[in-house]
Amino acid sequence: MKKSKVFWGLCLLAIIFYAVVQVMISGGILDMYYQSILIQMCINIMLAVSLHIIIGITGQFSIGHAGFMAVGAYFSAIATMKLGLPFPVAILIGAIVAALAGLLVGIPSLRLKGDYLAIATLGFAEIIRIIFLNVDYVGGAAGMVITNLSNWTYAFMGVFVTILVIANFTNSRHGRGCISIREDEIAADAMGINTTYYKVVAFTIGSFFAGVAGAIYAHNFFIIQPTTFGFLKSFDILIYVVLGGLGSLSGSVIAAIFLTVVSAYLSGYPEERMIIYSLVLIIVMLYRPTGLLGTKEITSLFKFGKRGGSKV
Amino acid sequence: MAEKKTLKRFASLFLASTLIAGALAACSNEGTTKESGGSSSSESSDVIKIGANLELSGPVASYGSSIGDGAELAVEEINAAGGIDGKQVELVKVDNKSDNAEATNAAIKLATQDKVTAMIAPATSGNVIATAQIANQNKIPTVTASGTAPNVTENADGTINDYVFRTCFIDPFQGVVAANFATSELGAKNVAIYADNASDYAKGLAASFKEQIEANGGTVVAEEAYVADDTDFKSTLTRIKSANPDFVFIPGYYEEVGLIVKQARELGIEAPLMGADGWDSPTLVELAGAEALNNTFITNHYSSQDPDETIQGFVDAFEAKFSEAPNAFHALGYDTVYYLKDAIERAGSTDGEAIQKALAETKDLSLITGTFSVDEKHNPVKSATVLEYVDGNQEFNSKVNP
Amino acid sequence: MEWLQQLVNGISLGSIYALIALGYTMVYGIIKLINFAHGDVFMLGAFIGFYAIARWDLGFFPALIIAMLLCAIIGVIIERVAYKRLRNATRIAALITAIGVSLLIENTVIYFRGASPEAYPEVLSNKSISIFGANISSQSIMILGVTIVLMILLQFIVHKTKIGKAMRAVSHDPDAARLMGINVDNTISATFAIGSALAGAAGVIFGVYYTRIDPLMGVLPGLKAFVAAVLGGIGSIPGAMVGGLVLGVVETVVSALGYSLWRDAAAFVILILILILKPSGIFGKNTREKV
Repeated sequence: MKKSKVFWGLCLLAIIFYAVVQVMISGGILDMYYQSILIQMCINIMLAVSLHIIIGITGQFSIGHAGFMAVGAYFSAIATMKLGLPFPVAILIGAIVAALAGLLVGIPSLRLKGDYLAIATLGFAEIIRIIFLNVDYVGGAAGMVITNLSNWTYAFMGVFVTILVIANFTNSRHGRGCISIREDEIAADAMGINTTYYKVVAFTIGSFFAGVAGAIYAHNFFIIQPTTFGFLKSFDILIYVVLGGLGSLSGSVIAAIFLTVVSAYLSGYPEERMIIYSLVLIIVMLYRPTGLLGTKEITSLFKFGKRGGSKV
Repeated sequence: MAEKKTLKRFASLFLASTLIAGALAACSNEGTTKESGGSSSSESSDVIKIGANLELSGPVASYGSSIGDGAELAVEEINAAGGIDGKQVELVKVDNKSDNAEATNAAIKLATQDKVTAMIAPATSGNVIATAQIANQNKIPTVTASGTAPNVTENADGTINDYVFRTCFIDPFQGVVAANFATSELGAKNVAIYADNASDYAKGLAASFKEQIEANGGTVVAEEAYVADDTDFKSTLTRIKSANPDFVFIPGYYEEVGLIVKQARELGIEAPLMGADGWDSPTLVELAGAEALNNTFITNHYSSQDPDETIQGFVDAFEAKFSEAPNAFHALGYDTVYYLKDAIERAGSTDGEAIQKALAETKDLSLITGTFSVDEKHNPVKSATVLEYVDGNQEFNSKVNP
Repeated sequence: MEWLQQLVNGISLGSIYALIALGYTMVYGIIKLINFAHGDVFMLGAFIGFYAIARWDLGFFPALIIAMLLCAIIGVIIERVAYKRLRNATRIAALITAIGVSLLIENTVIYFRGASPEAYPEVLSNKSISIFGANISSQSIMILGVTIVLMILLQFIVHKTKIGKAMRAVSHDPDAARLMGINVDNTISATFAIGSALAGAAGVIFGVYYTRIDPLMGVLPGLKAFVAAVLGGIGSIPGAMVGGLVLGVVETVVSALGYSLWRDAAAFVILILILILKPSGIFGKNTREKV
């Protein structure tokens, strides 16, 4: 009972935090520039967390996350710009289509492992991008011009729901199924876990939220073009998850926040930024291959001295 | 059960961690807002800040940095001559990494952090569109030097982006000029089009060229496309060759066009080739080779070989500063600053609305890339130049008025 | 006529893929690592060759040899610094490191010389030979020739020399190889040296043939070469050769049918189909999963 109260208490805190920022925005304390950074932070958190469930929890190595984001972005844009649907409906449409795409990619993942899977997801993401590039209905290379509908409320709601669903999923029976695949697929299989099913579920949920992020992204930047969703975008998302810790939700959230801020400060130095990123990636892999937080959560840092802290 | 509760606790603590981190970020943001707000208001009285949101890195960096260099030269000249209405001009350059989202961010930063009076918008049309709404919302007059797509100033529903202007002519005009040149000067009947499919610029040109050449009585015997960053064009060129065209129109950027021209000649396509301002770069000659480039033509904004006195003055000044001959992007960047200067002087203030009005009313303004007036769609009505490559040099062929 | 010409186009494109794929397949064969940085070593080779020819006025063959030597050294450094520690780490950690190395090389080059493309000077005369109405440039014959010679040389090294025998042993079972007195570290380094030298050679040849080089030129050919290696059966040297040629011809056919915009998609579709249907590729051996 007590712990459940803590949970609701924190939900309340989140809402208070949201309200405070909202008041600051309406009061003009946070101008457009900071609002934009905050929204990008939210988008990156959603992307990081949605990739975390695929890589961190289920151990399926996907480097084509930008492809799902593109699906969400384009389909939500079609919904608002071509069909005139309201924005929340559009987000849902983008997310559902992205989830379907995730389902489609998830099915081949039944047969592929490790780096072969990685290459295949990269291939899928490129194919998705090339399809958008060749469809004139969505503007082809010129892209789609989109009205700005995203705001702090949508972005925050997106993050809130994403974290809520994925954290609870991880802690459910299904989540443990996924973790067992990450730890040892053959053993999990032998224990009677339907590994195929859980892999596909993880891919689908991950792409659903990547779709949400894509939808909010599309309606935040006025124009989307296929070039936006190339390899580099996928690698950017990958860096959040890897740096934060493969298997740590709070780790990927913190990494996403941190790197968004760093990226905003380094915007004048794009080459240096990429050099720093890649060096960090290499060094982290060499000296801490599980990422900064590993599979631990930030909360476990406060639990010294308690029994059995290592088990989740 | 106990485990379930622990897990819920985890879930809640994740939320907490988000909150803390978010709050920290928000706090630090707040601090800087106030600082920058204070500093910019104190210095805005004696300096006119012009933001330049340009592609300084990324795939089309050469256009953005060319425009930036041209603008820098213009600002230097203006400041040496006493500035605009006695105020010095400061150019605030921001890199948008040739990326839409970064272009939006850069525009927001220029508008709200640097509080610029006017902006030079990005070089490519897509990136300009990514900044157009920011300009409208913040009432900051924005001029793109080389965003040639029609929808930069005019939205799909026919409305005009009030605060967005351009110094260059638009794609349909270039396509029409090229088509007329092909028909009347080269006598082309059966033409092929080979366009860069990854750029809206090339597609726009291809469409208007096709329309005009068909109106002139020509037939399009082959219509092909390529994707930017390709290196092997031989298979498609073989297709074009078998259609036997007497003229090939290749709208695209020099990085690929150089290779296309080279490979086309290798495969034995001897017909005249023609392109547009995207070809204009010294690298084109190195990539294609001077010999392969013979019998090719481009439409362009201006020619550094134009004997006109003001143009030669600009070419000399530019060569003195950067020790290279200015290309069209340099000239357009330079002109963009003078275009803004003219409007700010006529507006008599640094107020966004007044400058916007003055820009829209520009009449017979004489600049390096031509004399122009602005039409109701915020497009300058100006002439285009046709150049021919002869042994690797651009030779002035003719000037075409709209 | 047109189809003969297209076949020629396809083979000359395919031999470039094959040349890069040879290095890929060797490295993968021995340490089971998708060396993402291979495409970037290819890019470095192109630039080294460019500076050798344009700045130091060397001829084609000296430039080729310098590029191969320097790339071999770079390959060994990459292996020693970045990959060696990860030999017993997870495949994912190794792959992420490879991506990191790839990004690092690209951005370091961009940092020092900018992202703008460079045009290769003409070092080899290029004549068009007309056979049955198809134009074949002498350079594309040269590329195909170099690729075949290198493949045979490689096949000889792997199958007839002592170091080749060591490579095969390490690839089969590194622990057993070590017990047999094989210096595993040196063998792996030698593999990287040979693979990277091949990438460097491919870079110079690519530059001479296609003229344009830029810091991101290695990304797509690198991926395509990987597709070619997988297609041919990863780890197999003739497989890489055949995979490269097949991929080149397929891509050309896709363009020749008028779907040039779908060309890259075609390569990835082939990749995914091969991975799903016959992961061992054309020449590969089926391996059973070890528990």
